[in-house]
Amino acid sequence: MTALRAYLLTDDAQSRMQSRLGQAYRRWLVLRGNPLAMVGLFIVITLLLVAAFAPLVATHDPIEQNLAHRLQPMSAEYWLGTDALGRDIFSRIVYGSRVTLFIVLAVVVTVGPVGLLIGATAGYFGGWVDTLLMRITDVFLAFPRLILALALVSALGSGLENAILAIALTAWPPYARVARAETMVVRKSDYIAAARMQGASAFRIILGHVTPMCVPSAIVRSALDMAGIILTAAGLGFLGLGAQPPLPEWGAMVATGREQVFDQWWVAAFPGLAICICALGFNLLGDGLRDVLDAR
Amino acid sequence: MSSSTARPPLLEIANLNVQFHSRVETVHAVRGLSFTLGRERLGIVGESGSGKSLTGRAILDLVPLPGRVSADRMTFMGQDLLAMSAKQRGALRGAHMSMVMQDPKFSLNPVMTVGRQIAEAYRAHSKMSGRQAEEHALHALESVRIRDPRRVYNLYPHEVSGGMGQRIMIAMVLAAEPELLIADEPTSALDVTVQMQVLAILDDLVKERGMGLIFISHDLPLVGAFCDRVIVLYSGQVMETLEASELAQAKHPYTQGLLNCMPDLNRRDDALPVLKRDKAWLA
Amino acid sequence: MITSGKDSPKGGVSLRRFGSIGQVVARETSTILATFLGLLIVTFLIGRVVPIDAVLAVVGENASAEVYNNAKVELGLDKPLLTQFGIYLVKILQGDFGVSNLTGNPVFSDIATVFPATLELATLGTLIGVLIGIPTGVAAAVYRGKWIDHLARVVGLFGYSVPVFWLGLMGLLLFYAKLGWVEGPGRQSVAYADLLSPVTGVILLDAAVQGEWEIFWDAFYHLILPATLLGFFSLAYISRMTRSFMLTELQQQYVTTARVKGLSEGRIIWRHALRNAVAPLVAVIALSYASLLEGSVLTETIFAWPGLGRYITNSLLNADMNAVLGGTVVIGAIFIGVNLLSDIAGRLFDPRTR
Repeated sequence: MTALRAYLLTDDAQSRMQSRLGQAYRRWLVLRGNPLAMVGLFIVITLLLVAAFAPLVATHDPIEQNLAHRLQPMSAEYWLGTDALGRDIFSRIVYGSRVTLFIVLAVVVTVGPVGLLIGATAGYFGGWVDTLLMRITDVFLAFPRLILALALVSALGSGLENAILAIALTAWPPYARVARAETMVVRKSDYIAAARMQGASAFRIILGHVTPMCVPSAIVRSALDMAGIILTAAGLGFLGLGAQPPLPEWGAMVATGREQVFDQWWVAAFPGLAICICALGFNLLGDGLRDVLDAR
Repeated sequence: MSSSTARPPLLEIANLNVQFHSRVETVHAVRGLSFTLGRERLGIVGESGSGKSLTGRAILDLVPLPGRVSADRMTFMGQDLLAMSAKQRGALRGAHMSMVMQDPKFSLNPVMTVGRQIAEAYRAHSKMSGRQAEEHALHALESVRIRDPRRVYNLYPHEVSGGMGQRIMIAMVLAAEPELLIADEPTSALDVTVQMQVLAILDDLVKERGMGLIFISHDLPLVGAFCDRVIVLYSGQVMETLEASELAQAKHPYTQGLLNCMPDLNRRDDALPVLKRDKAWLA
Repeated sequence: MITSGKDSPKGGVSLRRFGSIGQVVARETSTILATFLGLLIVTFLIGRVVPIDAVLAVVGENASAEVYNNAKVELGLDKPLLTQFGIYLVKILQGDFGVSNLTGNPVFSDIATVFPATLELATLGTLIGVLIGIPTGVAAAVYRGKWIDHLARVVGLFGYSVPVFWLGLMGLLLFYAKLGWVEGPGRQSVAYADLLSPVTGVILLDAAVQGEWEIFWDAFYHLILPATLLGFFSLAYISRMTRSFMLTELQQQYVTTARVKGLSEGRIIWRHALRNAVAPLVAVIALSYASLLEGSVLTETIFAWPGLGRYITNSLLNADMNAVLGGTVVIGAIFIGVNLLSDIAGRLFDPRTR
């Protein structure tokens, strides 16, 4: 263990691999020193585990209705009570983590690369390309995110896939902004000039030399953004435009509990708490990552 | 190390250490530095990262977090600096010890007129009206040979040149007539043509008021010409202390290295020698 | 009232500043107008792909083919898309937003009715956010790593993590149903509704001017919960940004200079560092105010608040394109106005860009 630590923390690394591992290890040490980030990491890992082993964690079938046991308070049988259709809320929350994670991952995987590429292209070429791309970005930024997503979903029809598409279409501009800003800094640097002099094409420079420089900030951005995505998805679900019943989506679950919130508060309270904890987990982790990856 | 005056030393420092602890490593930026300063001009020379700037900041109690300062002895005009509270140290700053920094572009507040910044320095240390402070500030601008003080008073920092900015800085930090001035690379950011002008002003004011001066620089010949005594720092440790007049006879290989890495018209070299560094120098 | 911010920068503005600001306004306006046009195009296109038949919405399910076709021609829906958009643009330039299919009123008067509700909510929310957020952010930066910093961080991140609709429901449950400290959903209690002749449409203002204090307090107790809710989100954002700006400023060399001069910490923090952070802070506050002015759909839904967000959402879901596009124009106008104002304010506060 000490040998490994010494290997990782040495000042003169013998190989590129060692220095990279060493850097990663140093960053991990810094991250580990931030208790809030560790809480975030714990929440995110728990979320992943719960989603992966949902059938083992859940105590009931998340979809099966049992009208005889509707709106039950918390008990040994129903840990978090039951909803208006007699479904176990705890089990629905457990299965709901899969829906949430699916949305988040699908959005980030599509949005990150697209936003990066658009931003890097705008920043690298400058001029009218930049102006055009940034105007388009501004159009999407000017519109309230939820209303835009709402408009898109109502145009495309409600449903999980369309909700993901709509969120993705509203989520890329910040990435493009960040990537553009980073590119503007990098663009004039000597190593880009060197690559150009070697005859590298613009496409190759953007992809091979510019985009990688934007990746750390994009990672931080997406870690922080995941919380935003969770909230937008939940908002759409709450308005009935996201995942459709009987799929257990947290936002939609809050909406079903809205009617009884003054009498059977648990129906709305717990799914909302789940949203809150997950989003907080991603935020805490992203916040810690920013301290580590962004020198500023 | 004889002091040129008979009075008790202005500043006495024994075994000064500055360390930066982080979770991953500890950086020992200044190691065991000791010196005594009278009302004289002392040069501290070294490469970047040698700890020369931190030495100045440690004296002023301005080492940024998470830096930690420790010393066996630190006295200023007979007062024990180590025993003082942060507030007492703050009261010394400006009034009794002060500092000029490298680049006036960054060391002046960009959203306040330079005149108000100088007037503020006066009002921080003695009770006076705004009008009086303005009078003093105008006078101070004049003392650093600014021709139209009234006009300059109302300029913002971005509207003045580097040389004028540095003269404004000097006027400002000398407002309360401190006994000790630390000049941290005061001319490195300036054009060569105005460097000498600014140095001359600094020299005059220091002599006129009988201040002690610590002149921090990487430029050994400049320091040699400007100061009475020179301390050569490497990696936070003193390599050598010598009288400025004996600089040419420096014995330490590092000092010689610093001197030799300047191009010399009378010397025929194919390439400038690279500065040699040796871990064995660090005790 | 919409453009009330226009004269907010304080007096003492020299002619020199006006000259350069004129140029700034011209340049900014041209780029933002392009954004505005794009916004309209996007909305228009979305409106066209909505699978709800706008004609059916007007004539009803049981209309004959003839009535249907007449209505279609009347609405201009038989023309090519580009022509429809062109017609629409010309009308907007003439100040004609059309008639809402849903309410039957001119869209302009509809928006004039709903906007004060949003304005009231957004203004109080932003006020809460600024008054608490800035001191919190400054304290967090000054005491970096201390308990107050951690507390501010957790509260801020919580604001970024909690779903509005859920927090709103829980707030209603606790403060309205259980404790009875505030009034429930809506802007007014039924008993007081429509007693007041609207002047500005902002009930608090109208009631105060007319001396109707009972109505004032009723409206206040309806407003306070949703406004605090929005204020909390605004506070989370503003305090985080303040902290980050202040951390940057406190590391600048001019702060070291101020310390060298022997100034007090209070003076260094408030007069030097914060003064330098004002320009970016104004932009942040403007952005947060704009996002609230554009209507917070979820908050307005939860609190049955008849504001702009709910109006646009309802129109959207009912394929009421005139209303949606009208709403978009308002959003665009807010966006333009706020961008411009924050830019001008930024320039006024920073002598380097004047």
